[in-house]
Amino acid sequence: MDSVQRHTIAVMVDNEAGVLARVIGLFSGRGYNIESLTVAEVNDAAHLSRITLVTSGTAMVIEQIKAQLGRLVPIHKVSDLTLEGPHVARELALIKVAGVGEKRVESLRIADIFRARVVDSTISSFVFEMTGSTEKIEAFIALMKPLGLVDVSRTGLVAIGRGPDPL
Amino acid sequence: MSIQQSIDPAVKAPTMSGAEMVLKALVDQGVDVVFGYPGGAVLPIYDALFQQNHIRHILVRHEQGAVHAAEGYARSTGKVGVVLVTSGPGATNAVTGLTDALMDSIPIVCLTGQVATHLIGNDAFQECDTTGITRPCTKHNWLVKDVDRLARTIHEAFYIARSGRPGPVLVDLPKDIQVAQGTYEGPQNIVHKTYRPRTKGDGDKIAAAAELMAKAKKPIFYTGGGVINSGPRASELLRTLAHATGFPVTSTLMGLGAFPASDKQWLGMLGMHGTWEANHAMHDCDVMVNIGARFDDRITGRLNAFSPNSTKIHIDIDPSSINKTVRVDLGIVGDVASVLEDLLAAWKAGGYSANRGALDSWWQQIDQWRARDSLHYAPSSTIIKPQYAIQRLYELTKDRETFITTEVGQHQMWAAQFYRFDQPNHWMTSGGLGTMGYGLPAAIGVQLGHPEKLVVDIAGEASILMNIQELGTAAQFRLPVKVFILNNEYMGMVRQWQELQFGGRYSQSYSESLPDFVKLAEAFGCVGLRATKVSELDDVIREMISIDRPVMVDVAVDKSENCFPMVPSGAAHNEMILAGHSDGDPQPQVSDEGKAMV
Repeated sequence: MDSVQRHTIAVMVDNEAGVLARVIGLFSGRGYNIESLTVAEVNDAAHLSRITLVTSGTAMVIEQIKAQLGRLVPIHKVSDLTLEGPHVARELALIKVAGVGEKRVESLRIADIFRARVVDSTISSFVFEMTGSTEKIEAFIALMKPLGLVDVSRTGLVAIGRGPDPL
Repeated sequence: MSIQQSIDPAVKAPTMSGAEMVLKALVDQGVDVVFGYPGGAVLPIYDALFQQNHIRHILVRHEQGAVHAAEGYARSTGKVGVVLVTSGPGATNAVTGLTDALMDSIPIVCLTGQVATHLIGNDAFQECDTTGITRPCTKHNWLVKDVDRLARTIHEAFYIARSGRPGPVLVDLPKDIQVAQGTYEGPQNIVHKTYRPRTKGDGDKIAAAAELMAKAKKPIFYTGGGVINSGPRASELLRTLAHATGFPVTSTLMGLGAFPASDKQWLGMLGMHGTWEANHAMHDCDVMVNIGARFDDRITGRLNAFSPNSTKIHIDIDPSSINKTVRVDLGIVGDVASVLEDLLAAWKAGGYSANRGALDSWWQQIDQWRARDSLHYAPSSTIIKPQYAIQRLYELTKDRETFITTEVGQHQMWAAQFYRFDQPNHWMTSGGLGTMGYGLPAAIGVQLGHPEKLVVDIAGEASILMNIQELGTAAQFRLPVKVFILNNEYMGMVRQWQELQFGGRYSQSYSESLPDFVKLAEAFGCVGLRATKVSELDDVIREMISIDRPVMVDVAVDKSENCFPMVPSGAAHNEMILAGHSDGDPQPQVSDEGKAMV
């Protein structure tokens, strides 16, 4: 049996009404996983948006997902970054930690180790901003839990291929 | 706006209302017939329709009927079918037809009215989120919010509906856009930004396919609706290729007629109710060439037992069809006609010929399977067997060009088994979605495309009631369609599954309180006929054919007849139940796992 693998897929789409609903509807209608999905316009002159999708499945399912995405009319390009070679993948997270005393100091110390920045502070809370791999963000969140973690907001993964070539 | 344009010398394009643009765009797309139903949100378009003479409007009795009629028209003519309905319930009633067309890859352009743009999202009267509801059941859809984009959108809609893997598209037209003035853009030079279906197959892969075919000892062509959709040329090329190679040919329900049923290389339909020889040949083959079929679950049976020892070649215009359920060795993305042309060229260029010795013994094996006569049924002189009724219909209509549509159920499978199709585009049935109520409106669409030809809807008494109101359409437009009901007073296929899988507990499958179909036909202004005895059947069929009006024939058939062969759900595709059980072979049983399958 094929093993389940995680793939990061970049999709260039026309930034038109309903395009995100088409992509999401495709995943829910056909029972595919979405682990994360980010979307934003990346070329305003050409009205192009870039979707970064993280999904998992067997090799056959991943192939299907890409073929099904390719079938959607407003889609320009589907690229499997996981297969196409080295790429950089990052997430941004805002993490709120509330507490006083030693725990508050400890959270700041760990944030420094992780190179998280303080973007908001009260005498009883911090909001940390950090970017990094999903694993790094999850590690940081785990460390914040006993130190007064109260809220997390994450962008989901964005990714881009290494080297000089465009998508 | 029009004053501004008249003083601006740069603007030469004609100005007209959105509603007029819709009609002009349809005319420019070569449309001659539209199936529709008016309502508040499409009144401006109906007013424009009233004031022109190019396009004929067929008033259906229910919007589902409009879409099926457009499907019948499209499938029998190769053109795009056009539907015009209002907002809200008009659009939601069209959803079944659109889904049917999506599953069977039928090109349809559906125009829906919508409430005015400023009312969208306000729960206005007869408002629904049409593009939201139809997104998963169309190939693509649009909401037009700018009258200057309207004509272009309709031209794009036609292009997307008919190119690549065909399918239904929908254009939602708010009422204020229909009355606004704008500039019309013709269909010339409309190039879609992103949509570029690939039609030409990869040359290296085609060459590899030819080589695999030449080495094959037990080859088979497994053909589907893609051959029909590719156009008549594809069917001709399939015949040429089959005769050049001598390989056996089977087809899915959707592909019947692409290869002649009268040809000696024809194995009959394959799949759940396919022939013994077709399914065994598929199971035992060493090279399978899938041409425009999609390894549907009705074909494969239990996936892990499907044709275990074959090298599989798959030709399909839709890349997502390849490796979807069955992993293939060679996937060729392209239009069937184009790929077959190249494949024939590669076959000749490579100097290939079939392995004669191996092929002869393969045909001997196939002839042994054929000898099982798997379509055999117990004949009767007292009661009309449904299979016999279709055989007689075939014998009495085969000498004229006849188009057959069906509803869904046992009668549909018997029609596929016993009516013999020699030409593409003459068989219209709901394959993928299995929509009861398809056949009568589809027959109406076929008749409009072929006014002088015989069009017969082979129906069941349960299915026909699902869109019986379309008899009114047939009567109004003097469309002499024939409805040939095999009346067994049961939802026959449901009853058959209940007999075989649920201990004969016929839960809700008896057709209680049936109407008198003869009187019903007469009430609609059609002709009603009835046959209850074997001796009456031929005369009734002859009379039906001779009447140049819509006719509904109620044929009382054996109530307990089952449709065989049958691959029970969950079984392998070579494990078939045959009629009779007389030879003592163990019959496959339905597993618990199979009961969970459709």
